[in-house]
Amino acid sequence: MDADHTLDCIGLYCPMPIVKTSQRIKELSGDEVLEVVSDDRGIKSDMPAWCEKTGHEFLGLQEDEGEIKVYVRKNPTTG
Amino acid sequence: MSDEQVTLIVFSGELDRALAAFNLANTAASMGMDVTMFFTFWGLTVVEKGGGARGDKGLLQWMMSLVNRGGAGRLKLSRMNMLGAGKGAMKSLMKKYRMPSLQEMIALAAEQGVRFVACTTSMALMGLAEKDFIDEVGEFAGAATYLGLASKGNVNLFI
Repeated sequence: MDADHTLDCIGLYCPMPIVKTSQRIKELSGDEVLEVVSDDRGIKSDMPAWCEKTGHEFLGLQEDEGEIKVYVRKNPTTG
Repeated sequence: MSDEQVTLIVFSGELDRALAAFNLANTAASMGMDVTMFFTFWGLTVVEKGGGARGDKGLLQWMMSLVNRGGAGRLKLSRMNMLGAGKGAMKSLMKKYRMPSLQEMIALAAEQGVRFVACTTSMALMGLAEKDFIDEVGEFAGAATYLGLASKGNVNLFI
C-alpha cells in the first residue's frame, strides 16, 4: 500500500505508537495517508479503535515477519 | 474538543498503578477524549514535587511524609518491591523496552491536555499546600467536582 508519510514505531509499546500517531497526523494535510510501522501486535486492534474514535480512516494493514504496517488516511474534517 | 469525558481517580501511590493510570490517560487523550485525573489520598504523592521539606505540615504529618516521600521518582511497586530491588528491576526493564518513565508519561499527559486535579481534603490531611505539587496540577477541588465530570462520561476509573 502507498503512503505519503511513514511513522516508525518499531520497539515502542502501547501507548506510544497511538500517541505518536495522533501527534503526527495533525501535521498531515487532509486525505494524506500515514504508514505506521510497529512490532507491537496490539496495534492490529488499537489502530482501528483509534480510527473509530477520531474519525480518521483505517485503510488496512500488512504484516511481514513481526513487522506490522498500518495505514491511516487523515480525515480533513477532524483535527 | 470532544464530548467524551474520561475520568480517572488516582487513589494509589504506587509506581505500577501510577503507570497504568497514565497509560490509560495518555491513550484516551490521543483518541480525542477529554481526560481528567483526580489525585486523592496516596495518589497525591504521584504529583508531589517531593523533596521532603516540612512546608506547612504539622509534626505528625511531617513524620508521615518522611516515610512516604512524594514525587514520581520515589514511588514503590505495589508488589515485589523487595526494599527497592524490585522497583529497580522494573525500571531497568522499562528502559530496555524503551517504555517511557512515569515522569515522561506525566509530561506527555499534560502536553496532550489532560487535566490534573488534586483533592483538597487529602491535601489537608497530609499537610500539603498548592506549592508542594508539580506545575501540571492546575486545579484543586473536591468530590463534587469529580462526580460532576464523571456523571457525564462513560469511562470512569478508580486506580
